[in-house]
Amino acid sequence: MSMLNVSVYRYNPETDDKPYMQDFQVDTHGRDLMVLNVIQLIQEQDPSLAFRRSCREGVCGSDGLNMNGKNGLTCVTAVSEVTKNGKLTLRPLPGLPVIRDLVVDMALFYHQYERIQPYLQTTGPAPAIERLQSPEERDKLDGLYECILCACCSTSCPSFWWNPDKFVGPAGLLQAYRFLADSRDDATSERLAGLDDPFSVFRCRGIMNCVNVCPKGLNPTRAIGKIREMLMSNAT
Amino acid sequence: MVTNVTNLGRSGLSDWLVQRASAVILALYTVFIVGYLLLHPQLDYLTWSGLFERTSMRVFTLLALLSIAAHAWIGLWTVVTDYIKWTNLRLALQAFVILALFVFVVWSVQVLWGA
Ligand code: SF4
Ligand code: SF4
Ligand code: FES
Repeated sequence: MSMLNVSVYRYNPETDDKPYMQDFQVDTHGRDLMVLNVIQLIQEQDPSLAFRRSCREGVCGSDGLNMNGKNGLTCVTAVSEVTKNGKLTLRPLPGLPVIRDLVVDMALFYHQYERIQPYLQTTGPAPAIERLQSPEERDKLDGLYECILCACCSTSCPSFWWNPDKFVGPAGLLQAYRFLADSRDDATSERLAGLDDPFSVFRCRGIMNCVNVCPKGLNPTRAIGKIREMLMSNAT
Repeated sequence: MVTNVTNLGRSGLSDWLVQRASAVILALYTVFIVGYLLLHPQLDYLTWSGLFERTSMRVFTLLALLSIAAHAWIGLWTVVTDYIKWTNLRLALQAFVILALFVFVVWSVQVLWGA
């Protein structure tokens, strides 16, 4: 028997006045499980525990959680990466409203994503076959398109905590730059005009919490810097 | 686009630029004053007031003061819009900060050109 102590954030708005932490003991049989496996073992003890997951291989982005104080995907985070002294504390992603237990309401996060218009916008006539890019133009999208919208970054960003309705947040801004950098997109100046206020981009304080947690190893802070440069060279 | 009326410039970019430019001016002014004090260990009143008799020094000082005002306003505007969600209290605090900065600037102009 090798026991792991897990403390889990619980909240059922229909029966609980306020959230509380519940302790569980999980037998790992000495293996270094992924945190998602631990949660599934806990659910065998208490089927009322609510959490999200789908692909269990770091692709769908549905199981972002705060594990011992750091955001990440539970399915690709080994217990040994996050635990200290055999103790694991699991909380929902910070800063978003909790629906139940470890499940948060992502509406604000998606709203900011929607705001940056995450799709190609073109003006000219559609080409007969496809919109071509040179290999160099395509290279500019590397490090941008891989985002799986798990929200680990935005929910670790203090600027997003204080103004989730006005600051686009690292995930949304990474995607904003993904379309600004795309050679096929013709809406660059409209996109920039929509970001020029003091909140949408400029609330970023560059503390790089986002870079620190991204499970895909992406760098929203660099993308934000590039947007600032584009705003600058676009301005008079 | 998030609409704002109480920030210094009309856009986030202008606020950001002013914040950086004013920081550079303040750094230069600090380096100058610290350097001056180090070069004049036995500084007396005559030398010190002589320094501020010069128009170039007064203009430089005024520039630094205006930079402080702009820098402080942008910084404090950001802080109150982060933490103070109740609009009336936020506007009251912003008004207080503007008033204080205005008084400081007018007062310093009086000090600089007064004597
Ligand atoms: S670098 Fe900017 S976006 Fe990233 S966590 Fe910090 S404030 Fe948020
Ligand atoms: S940038 Fe990284 S942390 Fe942020 S939503 Fe995308 S994949 Fe998740
Ligand atoms: S379950 Fe899909 S990313 Fe973890």
